[in-house]
Amino acid sequence: MFHKVAKTAAAFMLTSALSLPAYADLSGTLRIMSDMSNPAPRAIMESLASGFDAMHPNLKVELEVVDREAWKSQIRNALTANPPDVVNWYAANRMGPYVNAGLFMDISDMYANGDLPGLDAVKGALTLNGKQWGVPYTYYQWGIYYREDIFKELGLTEPTTFDQEVANCQAIINSGRKCYAIGSKFLWTAGGWFDYMNMRTNGFDSHMALARGELSWTSDEVRATFANWRKLIDMGAFIDDHQSYNWQDALPFVVKGEATAYLMGNFVVPHLRSAGLTDAQLDFYQFPKIGDYPMGEDAPTDTFHIASGAKNVEAAKAFLQYVTSPEVQTKINGPDGLGQLPINANASVSDDEFIVQGFDMLSKNAQGGVAQFFDRDFPAEMASAGMEGLQEFMVFPDNLDDILNRLEKARQRIYK
Amino acid sequence: MSLAVDERSWLQRHRMTVTPLLFLLPGVLFFLVYVINPIIQSFNISLYEWDGLGTATFVGFGNYEELIDDRAFEISLWNNLKWLALYLLAIPAGLLIALFLNQNIIGIRIYKSLFFFPFVISQVVVGLVFSWFYLPREGLLNAALTLFGFDTINVLGDPKMATYGIIAAGLWPQTAYCMILYLTGLNAVNPEQIEAGRLDGAKGVRMLWYVILPQLRPATFIAFVVTIIGALRSFDLISIMTNGGPFGSTRVLSFYMFEKALSEYGFRMGYGSAIAVVLFLIMLVFIIYFLWSMYRDERAARH
Repeated sequence: MFHKVAKTAAAFMLTSALSLPAYADLSGTLRIMSDMSNPAPRAIMESLASGFDAMHPNLKVELEVVDREAWKSQIRNALTANPPDVVNWYAANRMGPYVNAGLFMDISDMYANGDLPGLDAVKGALTLNGKQWGVPYTYYQWGIYYREDIFKELGLTEPTTFDQEVANCQAIINSGRKCYAIGSKFLWTAGGWFDYMNMRTNGFDSHMALARGELSWTSDEVRATFANWRKLIDMGAFIDDHQSYNWQDALPFVVKGEATAYLMGNFVVPHLRSAGLTDAQLDFYQFPKIGDYPMGEDAPTDTFHIASGAKNVEAAKAFLQYVTSPEVQTKINGPDGLGQLPINANASVSDDEFIVQGFDMLSKNAQGGVAQFFDRDFPAEMASAGMEGLQEFMVFPDNLDDILNRLEKARQRIYK
Repeated sequence: MSLAVDERSWLQRHRMTVTPLLFLLPGVLFFLVYVINPIIQSFNISLYEWDGLGTATFVGFGNYEELIDDRAFEISLWNNLKWLALYLLAIPAGLLIALFLNQNIIGIRIYKSLFFFPFVISQVVVGLVFSWFYLPREGLLNAALTLFGFDTINVLGDPKMATYGIIAAGLWPQTAYCMILYLTGLNAVNPEQIEAGRLDGAKGVRMLWYVILPQLRPATFIAFVVTIIGALRSFDLISIMTNGGPFGSTRVLSFYMFEKALSEYGFRMGYGSAIAVVLFLIMLVFIIYFLWSMYRDERAARH
């Protein structure tokens, strides 16, 4: 099905093909099932498939793109009945169910043989039970995206400590605005806030211990996190009625200047730009320091895996090499592609204002460690119960004791 | 005298029994495979701890024990009861509109179809329309409230109001459905009995209660059945309007089962099945009642 597209893409891809190890003898069919269903990622995925197809005359690449949300439950069926060779998924704990059920192929040998140069830094996110189960293809930073023009108008600067953050916020509230947009209808946005409040209050290691179930939800550490968070809630820092909005519904608050900042992943930038905000009005800063811990960051990684039932393993492995190669990484994460961070250390980062800042932050000021995200680091069930509690806390902070007791009970059951 | 030997084959002799059984066979077969079998399977799975991929561990009634002190389950159960009770309002409301529309004036068909319209559009659309209606800032509801000098409310964001807000959205199409059932019922009302009632001096509410409603009994029964079933199946509206939130306050059993068994963070097949079994037991009460009353009616009709 790709032959038509392939011809047009062939000439373009030929240059990058030359620098890759020759797998000219690959043959048969390579079946890829991808969740890159949004317009820009979809175009990227299609160019990857057609580019790989063009490199290997005897190989036919079959691509099936599944809706990204639907894929989260469909992957189970896809991997069990007539599995494709390559699939998309997410790093860290999110791989757990498929790794434990033996549905992802162990590709530790590729990392060990040096088949995947330049991936040492991201290897950890793909490691579970001491083995590697896939390769990343993109990741992005989280942080505070804010209205630079409003900060200038109020004479504020990017805060580096929580006290400054709170002081800034007070000034913003005094000017009749809200500090933070958030839409918590689908809960995960509250997870982002908790990740940062907890990583900053107690440090990255304590946060991960909580994710692994080694720390109690009723501990003093966790309570301290919520106490800090509550300072912002009690100030009226967050927009009202956020439990009724999804994350896109909350964007107009930032666009109209009714809220000045948004704690989000970098994927928020194209939305804000297309809503009419210029780079002069928008900027980014790292979530400020609270406790004296090295900074930990959320940087969710999206991945490719080989199904353990793959029929064309050789081609699948070659495809993973192709996707992670510096040339392809530079291209697909560039401004015309996903607009995110390349995972290969030898790839070049696009000169986009936000990508550069994110890359800088993650390579220089994330010594604490890089987390995936609340719902990828915590086991699914804990994440779901947790995020529901976090949303409730943001609306009714007085229910905190009740919420924490409930989460602690869930923890004791889930991690037994 | 020799005995009359029946020359016919066994099939011919028993065809009065065999023919109906043969006609029933496909239906029964499908019923066994697609209804009875899943019920047994659900019950079986509910005794296991299983993520749908790996091996299942037998836990006996462990899932049910967990249900007992699961607050989310308790909330879902209460919400189901609210749905059952309030959804029944569709029946009197439908009757009222049907009586109102049961007249011969120019363009009555247009009015009837306008009232019937909400039932024709998909539940998903109904959910979307109502969630826009309830929007905290831009919604029509709050615009109206402000106009009359009231404070604005965030219906779907308030755990105390959200379920009622969704039920109200559900009542809109359900009322239309009951209305159409009653409209057809009213066509069958015997004019002679009304005439007789009128001669005896009945009118207004007494006429409705003693003469018309008894004749509408079959329509009421069907309206009751579809409304109860609709209330217990309420899933799409919840999924569209609140996704079970805020913080799980609008879940009903069917939604909770979906979340636990099939959603992004779920895949506890055993636990989900246990919820399904509880939902089935609740439905069973109604199913038995419906079957019993149909059986009773048929017997009455035969005698």
